[in-house]
Amino acid sequence: MKQIKFSRELASGIQTLLLHKLRSFLTMLGVVFGVGSVVAMLAVGEGASKDALEQIRKLGSHNILISSIKPVEEESAGTTPSFMSIYGLTYLDHVRIRESVSSVRKNVPVKLVRKEARLGERALEVRVVGTSHQWFEVIPRPVLAGRTLMPRDLADKSPVVVLTEFGARKLLATRHTIGQTIRLGLDSFTVIGIVKNETGASGAMQIPDREIDAYIPITTARSYFGDVVIKMSAGSRLREKVELNQIIVQVDSLDQVESAARAVERMLTLFHKKKDFQIQVPLALLRQAEATKRTFNIVLGAIAGISLLVGGIGIMNIMLASVTERTREIGIRRAIGAKRKQIIIQFLIEAVVLSFVGGILGLVVGMAIPFFITWFAKMPTVITPLGILLPLFVSLGIGIVFGLYPAARAARVDPIIALRHE
Amino acid sequence: MAPVVTDTRSETVIRLENAGKVYAMGNQQVAALDGIDVAFEKGGFWAVMGSSGSGKSTLMNVIGCLDRLTSGRYLFQGTDISAYDDDALSDIRLRYLGFIFQSFNLIPQLTVQRNIELPLYYLGWEKEESQTHARHLASLVGLDTRLTHRPSELSGGQMQRVAIARALAADPDLILADEPTGNLDTRTSHQIMALLASLHEGGKTIIMVTHEHDLAEYARNRLYMKDGRIDRIEKR
Repeated sequence: MKQIKFSRELASGIQTLLLHKLRSFLTMLGVVFGVGSVVAMLAVGEGASKDALEQIRKLGSHNILISSIKPVEEESAGTTPSFMSIYGLTYLDHVRIRESVSSVRKNVPVKLVRKEARLGERALEVRVVGTSHQWFEVIPRPVLAGRTLMPRDLADKSPVVVLTEFGARKLLATRHTIGQTIRLGLDSFTVIGIVKNETGASGAMQIPDREIDAYIPITTARSYFGDVVIKMSAGSRLREKVELNQIIVQVDSLDQVESAARAVERMLTLFHKKKDFQIQVPLALLRQAEATKRTFNIVLGAIAGISLLVGGIGIMNIMLASVTERTREIGIRRAIGAKRKQIIIQFLIEAVVLSFVGGILGLVVGMAIPFFITWFAKMPTVITPLGILLPLFVSLGIGIVFGLYPAARAARVDPIIALRHE
Repeated sequence: MAPVVTDTRSETVIRLENAGKVYAMGNQQVAALDGIDVAFEKGGFWAVMGSSGSGKSTLMNVIGCLDRLTSGRYLFQGTDISAYDDDALSDIRLRYLGFIFQSFNLIPQLTVQRNIELPLYYLGWEKEESQTHARHLASLVGLDTRLTHRPSELSGGQMQRVAIARALAADPDLILADEPTGNLDTRTSHQIMALLASLHEGGKTIIMVTHEHDLAEYARNRLYMKDGRIDRIEKR
């Protein structure tokens, strides 16, 4: 026996559905919105987590960030005007880390001072970063002009500065850049290089560099600016002594990151009476963020699954109604000689066409939504190939699953009774 | 599919041997057919008559492979098909039987052309071939100008002509007509009967259920049913 070509079954299914255009369209809507929401949610979720993951990656997965934080007790004790709070990481800590934690390859001290940078009329509030030459190895950014810091600069306590692209543009404008002398506070520095800066510091963790950074040798920073910072706050002066604001440690391999972080913490805890430092491990954050993303995807998937289920039930409902309505037609076809299997295929194809076309329309809707979200809310959205293929396959599957029962009902119709059916 | 062997010696299309059909209605067993023995020869034109409840509808359903016997044998062209499954019976309906119903039973959403093509669709004919064949059949029943119409746009007589064209599409051996003129006026009824008579002359075997004696006159043989049994057979 010759098989009926699938294309003809498909064509006659589509023709039948087109007879009731509005009904078919309304039946599809459930799947349209189901698939649409899946695609949109996946795109938004993917965009959000990609942003977060990107940010964490910028921190460097091999890095450990140790930062000075003001202890909680000190904060409340700041009422005494003459009181000077001393806290945070010290130069000694920097040496201790290098000598006691063997897996540490790079060990970068960071001292942060707020200063006004000035060149003639132009002024810019900058974050002066006193650091070593290794900063640029731990946080690699493209060098746009000149050079970065070198060990010689540290040894000589040279008054040299590396600006960011942003800072250079603000201060130097289009003038010849390298070799210019700028002022940081009251002191003169020579610009030796410009590096590209990373912008956009939002989210759970800030990347170590800012666009307003000015990098100078830490030895120079210490001798020019000292370790004491005077903070002015509502009628009182607060003097703080912080030797190092950050120490950035880099290890060789990923599996050393966590053990090194624990070793650093243990060692620092020995020498610090109060908890005046915190350790951030980007790798741990990265893993955490990835776990969060997985959870997020599961939750989204579940919600999307429910909306697709609703769409599928809608199709099943209409197909069952259609089977009842077309009982006589089924009887006629059976009497003429259609086999049960052929009746099943006929109704199954209609259900699958409904859900698959719904899926395609849903994909269009679902891809338009992230586009508008990005356009209006400036939120990043990412549509992955999986985010397109998955809903399409799922909508096909829904047509088969929810079309099977009505189709089986149609095939079970007794032609004798069906032909008497009015 | 179904291995139906043509029995050329007997020239019998259908033979029922002690055929019985029992329905269960609640606790009661109702015998719709009660020991029927009959043979329909090839090229015959039969009228099956009888009051309602006499078992003639059940007989037609059994002959039409829509219903199965509960006892006895059904020989179709010499082959016992009593034990055939649903698919095999469907295949016999498709290839060897053509149905004509009282209420025409055309599919309303399909055009005349597509209705006639329906058996060819299930036979897996190519589109062009079946379109050509459907046009040929439509001109045979005098409906070549109505091919693109829907059944609802036709008169009763025209609808029955479409149904006849559809019944002829697969070139079946046997045409089963269940009160084919029951919904038509007298004049149209005679036109349809004339059409059936011409098909019979063309070599088709026809079994027709009817109430009306003057229409039964078209048939060569008359079979009277009563209480699930054959009351009498009149042959001319």
